[in-house]
Amino acid sequence: MSTPFYVSPQQAMADRAEYARKGIARGRSVVVLQYADGIVFVAENPSRALHKVSEIYDRIAFAAVGKYNEFENLRIGGVRYADLRGYTYDRTDVTARGLANVYAQTLGTIFSANAEKPYEVELIVAEVGADSSEDQIYRLPHDGSIVDEHGSVAVGGNSDQIGSHLDQNYREDMSLGEALKLAVAGLVRDGSGGERELTADQLEVALLDRSRPQQRKFKRVAATQVARLLGGSNGSSSEDEAGDAEDSED
Amino acid sequence: MPSEEAPHGTTVVAATFPGGVVLACDRRATTGSTLSQQNPEHVFPADEHSGLGIAGAPGPAVDAGRLFQSELEHFEKVEGSPLSLEGKANRLAGLVRGHLGGALQGLAVVALFAGWDKERRKARLFTYDATGGRSEEAGFAALGPGSVHARGSLKKLHGEGVSEEQAATAVVQALHDAADDSAAGGSDAGRQIPPVVAAITEDGYRRLEQAEVSRLVRRVHEGRLQLPNGPQAPLSQAHPDRRTGRDG
Repeated sequence: MSTPFYVSPQQAMADRAEYARKGIARGRSVVVLQYADGIVFVAENPSRALHKVSEIYDRIAFAAVGKYNEFENLRIGGVRYADLRGYTYDRTDVTARGLANVYAQTLGTIFSANAEKPYEVELIVAEVGADSSEDQIYRLPHDGSIVDEHGSVAVGGNSDQIGSHLDQNYREDMSLGEALKLAVAGLVRDGSGGERELTADQLEVALLDRSRPQQRKFKRVAATQVARLLGGSNGSSSEDEAGDAEDSED
Repeated sequence: MPSEEAPHGTTVVAATFPGGVVLACDRRATTGSTLSQQNPEHVFPADEHSGLGIAGAPGPAVDAGRLFQSELEHFEKVEGSPLSLEGKANRLAGLVRGHLGGALQGLAVVALFAGWDKERRKARLFTYDATGGRSEEAGFAALGPGSVHARGSLKKLHGEGVSEEQAATAVVQALHDAADDSAAGGSDAGRQIPPVVAAITEDGYRRLEQAEVSRLVRRVHEGRLQLPNGPQAPLSQAHPDRRTGRDG
């Protein structure tokens, strides 16, 4: 019987972190920004059906990058957690902080369990408040840590460059159009410092809109409306009638 | 046989109009012959495009309603698209049937479900008996202790081509008739507790503002001061095709 090689715990963890980071870096990025009326999520995602941004509860949404099957699993777990909590207690008892803690526990356990490979995902959990000072954005890297973010945040493949562009240009109380333009200006940056073209069709945009009269503040923005908000320069043609019933310009 | 201990009963009525459906309930629950709750709300949204009216034992009824709301929302979020109206109606049948044991012990739950059907592009209306038996209603429906009287009233007052406001007036008239002729139910104008009235259209569920409802109620009350039995339907049918019959 051969003796297994000794690997120090530091080295084992560093290897696992490296593995997870490489997996995440292969994926496309997601940008989350606070704007005047709430929080906007912008993801580079050619698929109309497989979402990177989703609703969790009344004021809480979820964005993820990395392996689809892994973050989809986490998303459904989060929806189940939130719905069960809201049904058992009250809708106001479901908070982003609680949900972020559950995700952190799950990711942390998986990361340090020897039997499993770490999840190659990075999550964002955001909650829109009554005004922008009460908005909450949490970033959850693959190892189960939690980072409390303010203003703007980027996760995924090229998050460092995108993040620094956002930090330099972010202002408080931007309009939806301005926030969306800034997000796209970040997302078009590639690793080598160049810029790519991104059309409205390649973007998945969703909002937590505090001005929405309904209890559920989450809302997807149709590609036609995204093109219109970007000033028609990125979309093929900007139609006047967006697919959705509500108007959220400005 | 209904229990004398648990509060039960408010009357719930619904009537369709070409672009949607209105739901309404009065605001009194009774325990035996005592008025036990002044302001229960037994009509509420099930999701953004459907609404629910419940009558019967409030504990299990309200809980079934809450569970139903949670399930619809859960499905929508997990699947990424809402259940079909047919699917929602079937799920509610299961929930009401699940309470059959309670119904046999005298705590029946009955429900009325209305919503906008995106596929068929029209509003639809379903009622449920205590065994979960689902039946789709054409035009109008009523539920609860005053339902017999409310249904009789709607039969004469509700027509096919009515506007939203006319449908809302018809349900308020029906609630008035139900309160007129049964011990349970009624609204409370003196305490400013008008009935709950909600309309469901393609744009979603909208609860009418209290001022809007109060105006409808006041108009009905004023009319009743002149004609205590309410508006009179013509004896001979002038336009037989404009009336909805229960048999189609």
